[in-house]
Amino acid sequence: MSDLRRVSSNPHVRSKTTTSNIMMWVLIALLPATGFGIYNFGLDALIIIVLSVASAVLAEFLYEKALGKPVTVGDFSAAVTGLLLALNLPSTVPWWIPILGSAFAIIMVKQIFGGLGQNFMNPALGGRCFLMISFPAIMTNFITDTYTGATPLANLKNGIEVNVMDMIIGRTGGTIGETSMLCIVLGAMILFALGIIDYVIPFTYIITFVIFVGLFGGYGFNFSYIAAHLAGGGLMLGAFFMATDYVTCPITPKGRVIYGVILGLLTGCFRCLGANAEGVSYAIIISNLLVPLIEKYTIPRAFGIRKKAKKEAK
Amino acid sequence: MARGTFTGGIHPYEGKELSKDKPIKAVLPKGDLVYPLSQHIGAPAKPIVSVGDHVLTGQMIAEAGGFVSAPIYATVSGTVKSIEPRRLATGAMCNSIIVENDGNYDEVEFKPAKPYEEMTPEDKINAVRQAGVVGMGGAGFPTAVKFAPKEPDKIDYVIANCSECEPYLTSDYRRMIEEPELLLEGLKIAVSIFPNARGILAIEDNKPDAIAKFKELTKDEDKISVKPVRTKYPEGAERMLIYACTGREINSSMLPADVGCIVDNVDTLCAVCRAVKEGRPLMERIVTITGDAVADPRNYKVRIGTNYRELLEDAGGFVTEPAKIISGGPMMGFAVFDLDVPTTKTASALTCLTKDEVSALEPSACINCARCVEVCPERLIPKNLADAVEHGNDKAFLEMYGMECCECGCCSYICPARRQLTQLIKGMRKIQLANRKK
Repeated sequence: MSDLRRVSSNPHVRSKTTTSNIMMWVLIALLPATGFGIYNFGLDALIIIVLSVASAVLAEFLYEKALGKPVTVGDFSAAVTGLLLALNLPSTVPWWIPILGSAFAIIMVKQIFGGLGQNFMNPALGGRCFLMISFPAIMTNFITDTYTGATPLANLKNGIEVNVMDMIIGRTGGTIGETSMLCIVLGAMILFALGIIDYVIPFTYIITFVIFVGLFGGYGFNFSYIAAHLAGGGLMLGAFFMATDYVTCPITPKGRVIYGVILGLLTGCFRCLGANAEGVSYAIIISNLLVPLIEKYTIPRAFGIRKKAKKEAK
Repeated sequence: MARGTFTGGIHPYEGKELSKDKPIKAVLPKGDLVYPLSQHIGAPAKPIVSVGDHVLTGQMIAEAGGFVSAPIYATVSGTVKSIEPRRLATGAMCNSIIVENDGNYDEVEFKPAKPYEEMTPEDKINAVRQAGVVGMGGAGFPTAVKFAPKEPDKIDYVIANCSECEPYLTSDYRRMIEEPELLLEGLKIAVSIFPNARGILAIEDNKPDAIAKFKELTKDEDKISVKPVRTKYPEGAERMLIYACTGREINSSMLPADVGCIVDNVDTLCAVCRAVKEGRPLMERIVTITGDAVADPRNYKVRIGTNYRELLEDAGGFVTEPAKIISGGPMMGFAVFDLDVPTTKTASALTCLTKDEVSALEPSACINCARCVEVCPERLIPKNLADAVEHGNDKAFLEMYGMECCECGCCSYICPARRQLTQLIKGMRKIQLANRKK
């Protein structure tokens, strides 16, 4: 036996959680919402999901190959981006929309800034907002064979009565993955149970939003009005799966609360006061941009450091 | 406000079942004994023997090199063979006294300076200083210095650190099970040094038998109590343990005495008892030889200075070729590249693992998941600190309290991107500490 052995710095053991199995669990947690989307919107939805995921992964692969960087598609983060983008598209979009959106999300939002962990904005939402601005008519066409009217959120805005129960189950028009509050919450439960996402951001987001809508929505704290707001549009998908995106949310405990509150306020503003019925995507990407600032001012005081001591040190 | 735990921390695989049920075995050294002159924090000890001298077991061979220092005693009888630099488990070279064992174990006569009942606190502290007792949990801070804070009447707790949160290690546990009276006596002596102090035995709740035993032993003691603390790594880190037991917080530039606490490890308190009551210097400690690569993992009562290889041979050697050998436990221990190193006052274990989970790891991009923030017991942002180190940004590192890091390893353990966070932060801390000395 050789007498010289490998050495390394402590600790000499590691947990089992890796980046790729975290991303894998996020994919699994999105399955209920994805499945319901396919059930609700049919084959069109399935094709869009496949195209979106495949082109996101391919875009990452080609970009990294072209630049001679290590290929990181094995960490599944590109697949998560592709799936989230697909869930944010209406089932009526033409085939090239998910491809264009995924390529933009991966290359322009994620890779150009340095790849995984360096993007300043959620790639899927960056891709979606790019498509919304470039092709507004295509991106807001929610009329399918099953659902001929406007989305429940648009109805809500125009004062038309909506069926809250249908919204919670998801039997309404909308983007592929956002309609079923039930399926999204089910998926989020998986992530909570595994400790992959924490409660702070989604809950401060939702609570702030509820208070805002209650105060400024024009209907007060009317139960069915607020429930319709919660179940409608991308709020649930956004709060549980996109606001909690690791890369683009604050890592400081206080920062997370502030981030959730800002999200709630912005979403409330966009929905109640803005011209559009929906505002979750924009609220999240704007809040993403505030993250470095939030983190800078919320560095926690270390264990045993007292307030006075901090001033003296400065 | 004692919560029994702290925020953050991790639950690594414990591995304690390998060695926890086997009794401690006393082992006599065969080869030469090596006594490094720096087995403690502070000035190295100064040799008071020369090559060729005959020494007895329990004879002082090096005296304290300053106030914060500790003398070193021979643990066998024999001849001083040489005084030369030898390699330590940490990888550093250290000037050491090498004694050739004559196998007779002739002892000097041990007797306390005074009968215990007549001893003043100063006498007790002197006995501890004279015996060369240092913190045997790993840091090696001279215990006599710890026992002599500026205002002894402000000390209200002496905490016996029986938590043993480091995975695989069972030396403190075995000591608690086999020699509880010795530990308790040591704690009582420490408490008696301070006029207003009470003793706490802080035991992690994964050792219910030890907790029960000490509850039974202390049921008539009004100054000693048992405090079960939650099983979580690093519960036994000094700052975390003080918080768990008293709710008081200290930072890296404070001493436990600043919040009225004294913390001592199990072996240390046993050594205190021996030093004060019997006048015996610190000569032995319990060392865990463990890991899945070892044939018969167990605890040994070792004469300090014994070569690790001898202990390993007694434990039946390796069943499989180990990929990594660690002096200490897997969270805070030092990986050794050579087994020919001596046990020291602070050597708690030798952990031999068949898998090297770490050396070949390729760190990938940080995904900002904040797991390191959640587990950091010091409430730091390890990710930002490591980034500051990678960018060579000393200023940011210091501003974000980088020096508060206790190097417990939780951040590296939990990191899903496998970044070497602890290593980066530790490296920068070393640089900063060296700069401070300049």
